[in-house]
Amino acid sequence: MAEQAITGYKKWLEGVGEQGVFFKSFFRNIFRGGFEWSEFVRQCYEIGYRSMMLVGITSFIMGMVLILQLRPSMLEMGAESMLPKTLAVSFIREIGPVIIAIICAGKVASGIGAELGSMKVTEQIDAMEVSGANPLQYLVVTRILATSLMVPLLTVIGDAIGLFGGFLALNFTDDIRFTLYFHKCISSLEFIDFLPAVVKTVFFGFAIGFVGCYKGYNSNKGTESVGIAANSAVVTASLWIFVIDAVAVQITSLLFYR
Amino acid sequence: MEDTKQNKPDVDKPTNEVVVDIDHISKSFGTKDVLTDINLQLKRGENIVVLGKSGQGKSVTIQCIVGLLTPDTGTVKVFGDDVAEMNEEQLKQLRTKVGFLFQSGALYDSMTVRDNLEFPLIRILKITDQAELDKRVEEALDGVGLADAIDKRPSDLSGGMRKRVGLARTMIVRPEIMLYDEPTTGLDPITSREISELILNMQKKYKTSSIIITHDMECAKITADRVLIMNEGTYIAEGSFNELKKSDDELVRSFFNETT
Repeated sequence: MAEQAITGYKKWLEGVGEQGVFFKSFFRNIFRGGFEWSEFVRQCYEIGYRSMMLVGITSFIMGMVLILQLRPSMLEMGAESMLPKTLAVSFIREIGPVIIAIICAGKVASGIGAELGSMKVTEQIDAMEVSGANPLQYLVVTRILATSLMVPLLTVIGDAIGLFGGFLALNFTDDIRFTLYFHKCISSLEFIDFLPAVVKTVFFGFAIGFVGCYKGYNSNKGTESVGIAANSAVVTASLWIFVIDAVAVQITSLLFYR
Repeated sequence: MEDTKQNKPDVDKPTNEVVVDIDHISKSFGTKDVLTDINLQLKRGENIVVLGKSGQGKSVTIQCIVGLLTPDTGTVKVFGDDVAEMNEEQLKQLRTKVGFLFQSGALYDSMTVRDNLEFPLIRILKITDQAELDKRVEEALDGVGLADAIDKRPSDLSGGMRKRVGLARTMIVRPEIMLYDEPTTGLDPITSREISELILNMQKKYKTSSIIITHDMECAKITADRVLIMNEGTYIAEGSFNELKKSDDELVRSFFNETT
């Protein structure tokens, strides 16, 4: 029993060490020269543009549902006019970034994990390495930087769509003008509501890209490993998103809301 | 039975210059000994075929040559330099001189055949002129008889075509040494023969030295100057195809009995 625990602990430590080495290799390869611009742009398109529909629909529904759920309680308290503000603050600060990052973890991290995992299984990564090219620079650096850039952009777009969903939901029962609704939303927000929320999505994006690449790049050889890499990438990236969020909230509270 | 040499077009005779020198290497994975005290010397212009059943450590041997794996003991020298002592840049330089054809062809799925072939030209030879790239890609595909497949994706190609494109991609940077990991596995006999002849033609055209890992006797017969037979991580016999075919050793003969 104790032996098993020690073996498990050693394995965990090895995993942490390997991730540290991978992290270091990633940063070293960013500044190495010969940056793969065309692959970076392709990844931005694949990750950003191709996730937009999913993010848009989810954000729209979230905005609508939040308004529909909040309205009865707010009505009871006589604070119906506060609905746009409540939605704006909660969506921009917390719900939008986290929900969109979780969606990206499901779509993007699993996609990267499965793609690199299958490249490993079919010896494409080895082929790249023995051909004298740098697979880390081509496959890993481009994907991690693309997720770090695209997840914040998707969040900004998703936030706007979510607020629009809230506007439509509010119009089911109340008659509110589009300009008035958005004026109420925007005027309730301060710069410090927006900035930390966007900054933390950069870290969410990094975690999604890093975990997807690490799991795929280091998967075992065998078709089963592709599924394991994809699944493990989603679970680990989702967990990291919540951990980063918890840390980000603490830092934001300390810096801005004291 | 035809003599091996009768099947082969005229190729330049091997010289005495040793380009790959494997000296007493051993390799284990966990508790399993995959290679035990392996020695091998590849001379310039020579084609060595390593025969053996699956899982005997044949592929591990050639992976040690390009630094994909490091032997536990012993040394691997390529052009006189110890691979284990090379830094990243030296390893990169070495890999431009040593081509490696993977069992599956290992074509990049997300790219067309053209992009697959341009990949090493842009990154290794640093060619950026599109006219020059087009010329080299078309020439390489012509060499393997697949000029029409230039804009196809790997998923649209058959197994034999993938191997040919893989060979074209490896040869496009003109390596001095070629390592083939089971180049005919999974192919029908006719395509296998075509690939084997293509390997020989490529050697003649580009004057490469080759190590061919296979368990295909037809491939060995067509391509080999020298055959090594591997069993349980060690070499049990060495000689020409015909010499080994007449061997007194039952295990060695068993390789030749079934198909030749």
